[in-house]
Amino acid sequence: MPDRIKHRFSGVNLPQLTVMSCMLAAFTVVLVLPLFSLFSNAFLSKTGGFVGLANYARYFDTPSLSVSVWNTIDISLVSTVFSAVIGFLYAYALARTRIPFKSFFKYTALIPIFIPTIVHALGLVYLFGNQGILTGLGFHTELYGRFGIILSEIIFTFPQAFLMFYVALEYADGRLYEAADSMGVPPLAKFLRVALPEVKYTAVNVFFVCFTLAFTDFGAPKVIGGNYNVLATDIYKQVAGQFNMNMGAVVGTLLLIPAVLSFIVGRLMDSRNTGTISAKSTTLTIKKSRPRDAIFFTLCAFVTLSFLTLIASLFLGALTKYYPFDLSFTLKHFAFNMSTGGMGSYFNSLEMSLLTAVFGTVFVFIYAYMMEKTNGLGALRKYGKLLSVLPLALPGMVIGLSYIFFFNSPENPLNFIYGTVAILVLSNILHYFSVPFFTATGALKKLDREYESVSESMNIPRYKTLLLVSAPLSLPAILEIFMYYFVNSMVTVSAVVFLYSAHFKVASIAISHMEEAGDISQAAAMSILILLINVFVRLLYELIIRLMKKRARRKEAI
Amino acid sequence: MQKLATIFIAVLLAALMLSGCTEGGATSPSVEDTAQETATPAPVADEAAQETDPSTPEGEITVYTALEDEQVTEYLAVFNAQYPDVKVNIVRESTGVITARLLAEKDNPQADLIWGTAASSMMVLDDQGMLEPYTPAGVDRILPEFKSDKQPPTWVGIDAWETAFIVNTVKLEELGLSPSDIKSYEDLLRPELKGQIVMSNPNSSGTGFLTVAGLLQLKGKDTEAGWDYLNKLHENVDQYVHSGSKPAKMAAAGECALGVSFGYAGISQKSDGAPVEVIFPSEGSGWDLEANALMKKSEINPISHIFLDWAISDEAMALYKENYPIIATGGDGTYEGYDSDPVKQLIDNDFVWTAQNREAILEKWIKNYDGKSAAEE
Repeated sequence: MPDRIKHRFSGVNLPQLTVMSCMLAAFTVVLVLPLFSLFSNAFLSKTGGFVGLANYARYFDTPSLSVSVWNTIDISLVSTVFSAVIGFLYAYALARTRIPFKSFFKYTALIPIFIPTIVHALGLVYLFGNQGILTGLGFHTELYGRFGIILSEIIFTFPQAFLMFYVALEYADGRLYEAADSMGVPPLAKFLRVALPEVKYTAVNVFFVCFTLAFTDFGAPKVIGGNYNVLATDIYKQVAGQFNMNMGAVVGTLLLIPAVLSFIVGRLMDSRNTGTISAKSTTLTIKKSRPRDAIFFTLCAFVTLSFLTLIASLFLGALTKYYPFDLSFTLKHFAFNMSTGGMGSYFNSLEMSLLTAVFGTVFVFIYAYMMEKTNGLGALRKYGKLLSVLPLALPGMVIGLSYIFFFNSPENPLNFIYGTVAILVLSNILHYFSVPFFTATGALKKLDREYESVSESMNIPRYKTLLLVSAPLSLPAILEIFMYYFVNSMVTVSAVVFLYSAHFKVASIAISHMEEAGDISQAAAMSILILLINVFVRLLYELIIRLMKKRARRKEAI
Repeated sequence: MQKLATIFIAVLLAALMLSGCTEGGATSPSVEDTAQETATPAPVADEAAQETDPSTPEGEITVYTALEDEQVTEYLAVFNAQYPDVKVNIVRESTGVITARLLAEKDNPQADLIWGTAASSMMVLDDQGMLEPYTPAGVDRILPEFKSDKQPPTWVGIDAWETAFIVNTVKLEELGLSPSDIKSYEDLLRPELKGQIVMSNPNSSGTGFLTVAGLLQLKGKDTEAGWDYLNKLHENVDQYVHSGSKPAKMAAAGECALGVSFGYAGISQKSDGAPVEVIFPSEGSGWDLEANALMKKSEINPISHIFLDWAISDEAMALYKENYPIIATGGDGTYEGYDSDPVKQLIDNDFVWTAQNREAILEKWIKNYDGKSAAEE
């Protein structure tokens, strides 16, 4: 029956085509054109003549440069495996076991994305550096280099892995487990044969998200990479050390490889993936099991403890006079230098992050809906999907520079947004687009397509289905996306460092300045302010979810 | 039906842009709050009206700088005491980032002028034809080796920074050394220091480059002696980092025994109470300048001239000297943190040779040390 209806509507649908085209056009303007204006440099000589692939040949002829390619793959693979496994188990613990302190664990898991990455690195130095606390206790590690980068990337990517798995596991179809139980399937087998396949699609996404994030991250390799060269530090050396935009562009294009690969894999997976939550799904009830809960509790406690240590070092740095030489209490580090923008930059960050979160969430959700829940438009859809994974592979520096080249050009009619908050918001929406897109797609995929089919057969306009059915059903995912945008915009450095104007400075940039100037304590103080607002927003989110659940329950009762 | 959605998106985009417009406008109250306020917030007149009365100039300029935040705040307070109605909007970044940003903005420069940014960067910008020649008042006081050789000059130096070794006395003691054992570049090759030295990477840090370029000049520009020395030094280096001041900070934090950095970075750590000594190599130090320049734009803001004049005035020089004792007017008196006249510490720097060989030096350095160390992992 649904198939027949679908068939009837599979011809060209004009309004859908219009919306899709508009969104793709907008995306093209903020992504493809700027990238083109930067990456075209890869095929030019320093003086501007066309040289074909000569720059690439030169790059791969320099063994010390091309070794970065392998180094980057190495650290990305290792850290991805770790954070995906830990992230899954952690999410499983929160979604499918009955361990205590769940909401506490949920907050602490997100600590790493509540503070700028520079702070992770500083924390690691406090712990594992040559003078570190753990080093003093006899844990001798070679922090600077491969080990440090991997550790840092695990911390950096863990929250993403956790969040994606958590959202996936939350939307469970209780019927599967009831069926397994009634057939007497043992717990381990249930875990392997029911729970794991359930998150197959998410797992592939998690893998690519974590891999690409680690692949393109610049913060950790810069601070604790030592002599271990990766592609992101190579771009920095080319652009900010040798002022060689051409070679910088060459390295930038190499960084796109994982995104293109993930697009291909995504295409292959897509055709096989069908919704797992149907309109008939029931909520899952979690059974009691002491050994299971004990194991998972230990794991969560360990992860949480290591993150809390990071935070502790932050407070120690911000509230003492001169760590580690003078440990007396002070608040003087909260008096920021005027030229960093002081507290003004903090409020600017809030404004920028709110705008990013509001516009970003709306755009992502509609975009994902168009990709997931409309029919036909094959070529456009493929293009749209490719666009949606590309941002993940772009280091902030590439986005920042390409935005300068594109939007600062006097011939560009959009030139007027250069130097305003709008370009910062645009660059953030783009920079952090992919993960929210996966979240939204994941949530929408779980909704039965029957909703659309039914509404179509009843001649209800699609936007109503979106607003009245799909959006409310995906509200946790939507709020999650909002949070993600907000939090990341609060801490981002790499793209906005090229785009902020003298009129509009932001707190994350101020932190990196303070770190560079050696004002670690001020950097820690500002990080704490950012952490506080991020935690506050998170609490707000929890409150809303709780209220919603209450209302839903009340409705059910009626 | 779905037209509604289309309209919605259109409105959304328009709203986004509108919000951008108002944020960018200088008169928007939210910007007044958030922009760096260095002057009493006076309503900004348009450019034509700016030069009505030269004694109390009024208006605003955008300045790109690589000076430290703390210094910028301090210096601008003094500038605004004299020019209360000039609003100076600052974009401050590390030397590499600010230069990359200036280069990327080449087709439509946002900055009116550059203040306190490396002379080596100025030469790159000058090569690209991005600087407007300008003779600031009092430029004759600037020593000839501290400004561009063009007439009128395209850039003018204000102060210099130079290679220095920052040693952690506690760590040195553990290795059986004392600060007095380290006097020269040769002393860095001592076997006790194996794996104890942190140096900045010349490919990502200006300080790293001036150190390497200085060494090569000291050892005889076009001989292999300099590279022989660097080969040996490499054996003792633990890591090359991406910032000029970081080796000093790592020495201060005890993350390494010796950081090859620059004088001010070490002196400021020492005055903060870190257990470090600052040592200037007896053979002499490589160095670079912090310099000012006017940007080439279709319309030059006259306030820029006022600022550039002030930025090399005696008043400004006295301010710079507190942080970077080697100022471009030469000068005399005592230098905090220095035992003797630091100007004598500077080698006879051949900027032309350095600029011509920059690419070759960096390429050779990458080949010899960058890849080698990575492959060892």
